[in-house]
Amino acid sequence: MEKLRVMLIDHRPDRSSEIAEGLERSGCQVIARTAGGPDLAREVAGVRPDVIIIDLESPDRDTLEGMQRLSDALPRPIVMFVDETDRDAIRTAVRAGVAAYVVKGASAERVRPVLDVAIARFEEHQALKDELHQVKSTLEERKITERAKGLLMKRRGMTEQEAYAALRKLAMDQNLKLSAVARRVLDMADVL
Amino acid sequence: MRSLAGGAGRPARAEVNVGFVALSDCAPLVIARERGFFRRHGLRVVLHREPSWANIRDKLAAGVLDAAQALAPMLLASRLGLDGLALPLIAPLSLGLNGNAITVSAALFREMARLDPESVLRRPMTARALCAVIEARRRSGRPPLRFAVVFPFSPHYYELAYWLGAAGIDVTRDVEVRVVPPAAVPRSLRDGEIDGLCVGEPWNHVTVDQGLGRSVISKHEIWNNSPDKVLALTEEWADRHPERLQALLRGVLEAQAWLDRPENRREAAHVIAGESWVDAPVEVVAASLEGRFRIDRDASVAQPDFHVFHRYAAGFPWTSHAAWFLSQMLRWGQIEKPIPVRRVAASVVRPDLFREAAEALDMAAPTIDGKTEGLHDRAWRLDDASQPLTLGPDRFFDGRRFDPEDVAGYLEQFEVTRLHVRLDDLALMDA
Repeated sequence: MEKLRVMLIDHRPDRSSEIAEGLERSGCQVIARTAGGPDLAREVAGVRPDVIIIDLESPDRDTLEGMQRLSDALPRPIVMFVDETDRDAIRTAVRAGVAAYVVKGASAERVRPVLDVAIARFEEHQALKDELHQVKSTLEERKITERAKGLLMKRRGMTEQEAYAALRKLAMDQNLKLSAVARRVLDMADVL
Repeated sequence: MRSLAGGAGRPARAEVNVGFVALSDCAPLVIARERGFFRRHGLRVVLHREPSWANIRDKLAAGVLDAAQALAPMLLASRLGLDGLALPLIAPLSLGLNGNAITVSAALFREMARLDPESVLRRPMTARALCAVIEARRRSGRPPLRFAVVFPFSPHYYELAYWLGAAGIDVTRDVEVRVVPPAAVPRSLRDGEIDGLCVGEPWNHVTVDQGLGRSVISKHEIWNNSPDKVLALTEEWADRHPERLQALLRGVLEAQAWLDRPENRREAAHVIAGESWVDAPVEVVAASLEGRFRIDRDASVAQPDFHVFHRYAAGFPWTSHAAWFLSQMLRWGQIEKPIPVRRVAASVVRPDLFREAAEALDMAAPTIDGKTEGLHDRAWRLDDASQPLTLGPDRFFDGRRFDPEDVAGYLEQFEVTRLHVRLDDLALMDA
């Protein structure tokens, strides 16, 4: 039997490679790995996977849902959990932070083990790294935002509130996270 | 007996996990939490911001969320199994009316104005100018226009389709529609990935503010005081926790009433603009909340009903609203078999649960479940209510009427449709 062709959408590249490795080891072929984005529908159409595995933090889930019903021309991915009638199974996948989409044609029985592997991998990754990572990065992000605010207050004579508002406006305009904008502001400290 | 606050015997407040999406109309949930309306009814509500509507649905199914802000048609689609899940979700309350708009790129608007300068000045604007653009593009062999919506089963999609359809444009053939997450909409428009969009605030405002597009019509103008988001729960959770559910509904209802006092809208903007909620500049969120519909970088039109949370019985979950969504799902071929429209609507929408909460707060509630839509072009008095109620205009911009008792007859009127079911089969099934 031919190997199942899997597309993996994960916004975190560090995790993505680990998950892909696990999937490959379990006998399927990871034909595409992406962080998602505006081209996703086209990528799916180009790659023609049997299964799509996607992390739940990705806003691109709705794009996949849209492919089901808004276009006849594109492949139609249908969301699948291990067993649709079994709420515990849905819970396991959701708690692990992963969902699977079956693209028309692939049989649910063949997809099930793939999702199981993905769930296990996501869980493992989460348990080992997520918490630490989260705590660290939140702290880090907060620190960076505070420093950027301080910089604006000092160099631009802004109040704390004004500095925060300025950062947030930049973040909104550029469609970036607050901490990313703060980092840029710090990077440009010399120019400011 | 309840002991004094802080005492050892103090009953623990029940924790309820509620999901939301970062849009201006998450306001009733955020205000209910931030202004203590949930607390007052004995609940500790944890709000979870979700990056997709699919997550909202799946987390409700998984029991990770107990309740959530959801697109009204999502529940109908799931009930019918169109999403592959067939979840028994219910909507005991509408989170508000209106709140969306259609925006086109600056370039597309210039083309519309060039080809049909008269129609783009009218309010509400028709899609006649777009029709001319589509024709011109077809003749010159250019690709079809691309529009973004937020979910396949969304008010946004049906509004866009309805507005286009009235001008003779078939949303399934004459344009391309794709789902783009709201936050990615400005960038997609800038990069030319899309030519237009139908999304909720603050994303139209953000797009216009950056000079990327022009808002052509609001949801309120397409269908006055039309339904959009609901509070969704699984039937199972509602059955298992009837008291928590009622407390939740009372908290949201009070927040909705608070939100519709005009003097509170500015404060509401400050609250929901916060980093944990919509995470946007206050001014961007405030505009539509204060009834200013920004259509261009330097032009706004007054639309005091752009967001309605409480007046006109905005929280009441009308079966006729659900039936209209089902009619559009049929019209555009998303439902491929005849269905008992009224029965499906009544299985999802639960006015009985709403009335119980309203009564406990001594708030007026309709005593009928559905009504004919499109009959009123101004506010009107509903006597079929626990106390007389003022309802808002419910006019469709093309003047049509929707009788939920005769969906087949309604669908027969439309020239542009992609029906997959025979209307006499539908009439029989829905009898």
